Amino acid sequence: MSEREVLELLRENARYSTADIARMTDLEESEVEATIEELEAAGVVRGYQAVVDWDKLEDERVRAEVELNVTLDRETGYDDIAERLARFPQVKALRLISGDYDFDMEVEGDSIREVSQFISEKVAPVPEITQTVTHYVMTSYKENGIELGDGEDDDRLSYSP
Amino acid sequence: MTFELSDRVQAVPPSGIRRFFEIAEERDEVISLGVGEPDFATPWAARDAAIASLEQGKTSYTANRGKRELRESIADYVADRFDLGYDPDEEIIVTTGASEAVDLAFRAFVDPGDTVAVAQPCYISYEPGVTFAGGEVLPVPTTEEDDFRLTVEGLERAGAADADMLVICYPNNPTGAIMPAEDLEPIAEFAREHDLTVLSDEIYAELTYDGEHTSIASFEGMRERTIVFNGFSKAYAMTGLRLGYALGPADAIGAMNKIHQYTMLSAPTTPQYAALEALDTCDNDVREMVEEYDRRRQFVLSRFREIGMDVFEAKGAFYCFPEVPDGFTAEEFAEEVLREQGVAVVPGDVFGDVGEGHLRVSYATGLGDLRQALNRIEAFVEEHA
Repeated sequence: MSEREVLELLRENARYSTADIARMTDLEESEVEATIEELEAAGVVRGYQAVVDWDKLEDERVRAEVELNVTLDRETGYDDIAERLARFPQVKALRLISGDYDFDMEVEGDSIREVSQFISEKVAPVPEITQTVTHYVMTSYKENGIELGDGEDDDRLSYSP
Repeated sequence: MTFELSDRVQAVPPSGIRRFFEIAEERDEVISLGVGEPDFATPWAARDAAIASLEQGKTSYTANRGKRELRESIADYVADRFDLGYDPDEEIIVTTGASEAVDLAFRAFVDPGDTVAVAQPCYISYEPGVTFAGGEVLPVPTTEEDDFRLTVEGLERAGAADADMLVICYPNNPTGAIMPAEDLEPIAEFAREHDLTVLSDEIYAELTYDGEHTSIASFEGMRERTIVFNGFSKAYAMTGLRLGYALGPADAIGAMNKIHQYTMLSAPTTPQYAALEALDTCDNDVREMVEEYDRRRQFVLSRFREIGMDVFEAKGAFYCFPEVPDGFTAEEFAEEVLREQGVAVVPGDVFGDVGEGHLRVSYATGLGDLRQALNRIEAFVEEHA
């Protein structure tokens, strides 16, 4: 199942060259390229982004996890509300989840004021939204499966039998 | 005064890798493909079980042969995975690494003057082990033409029919060769015909990439003449925890235990708790590691072919065994590529004379480093070959 394997490798590191993916999977490079094109065309692969450790940069980046509760009516479903919220560029992720609240929304901005304003002026006024709880991210330890710490040195001997 | 060293110790030459260590120490930015152990940490569940046992103060000796519960788990595991039936009370001994088990076997079964046939290239401990026990090693070369598999012709040519014992290690360190059942069957027949005791080091049994491992002890009439070695180091990335085991007929394991109880008393206790948990819950961790090794294996094999170095299709362990280009011995290549490019590989002749002309390349290293190391080897070959 080459599609699965290629996808797995792209998820591990989207910058693996098609040549390297071909070497690891024993496929031809042209097959890898075709598979990636198909995955993109079918909308399975939606994009490629860098995983950034903001703590390593000078400029501040403010991120918040926002819990949203909503009420639905005959005309408005979850998808309608989600569609409306997802359009804002400040919203980095939006998921309908199970549990105490309905939506889990990740928001990003340049300052606490900017993020707060966005929540109070753009999100809270949406008529179906009954409650927002905003959690500012203080430290991130792992993003997209990648640990953000300094990592551990390889303490193995350089030669062993 | 100077110590008078025993003849046994003097008969064993110093390790061939020592010199390379020193060169590697002096140089910055060395990427090591010379490592014979996993780059993964022990699965968390196993580490956690070890920690919990320490918290509970479980720090006394265990039974000489290891915790009974662990021996039962081992019996279930080898039955399930390799179709081997061993009694946890009489036929299994837990040791301080599979290395201890190998040493116990040589000491328990080899008399001075006995001939021990050893399929080579192979792990570096067998020959000294035989020498310490007073036996004579009979090298049985395996070759690249046979994918480094042991053949009856090879055994006959080497004169192994007259040997007392045969040592094999598949999946193989250093070549990465495997022995599928159909190739193992005639070896079993040869052992029965010539009444050879077989020591089968199967420490890499979980790490195969083209079909499941078969144990020589699973063939008819082999169980009674075979000792199987296995352990937790490679499959569960537990090298530093030093835990292995041996399987064999009751009288043989009893003899090994006689030495073990006076020299080791019991294998370390904490790792036995880790091992129990590993067998119980860590199958998925092993599967994931195997998947990762397989990708790297294919990557490394492809790169060597692109570089123009001949390499046979290694299908087990985490090694491949490429040929050095013309004009180099294995040692020269390994030394120069270390000095000039900072890549550590082990010259093949360390694993027996028949390994000359080859390098052991370990892919128990992350893909980023592997890619860079292979680029450096490529630059070296382009410059010199």
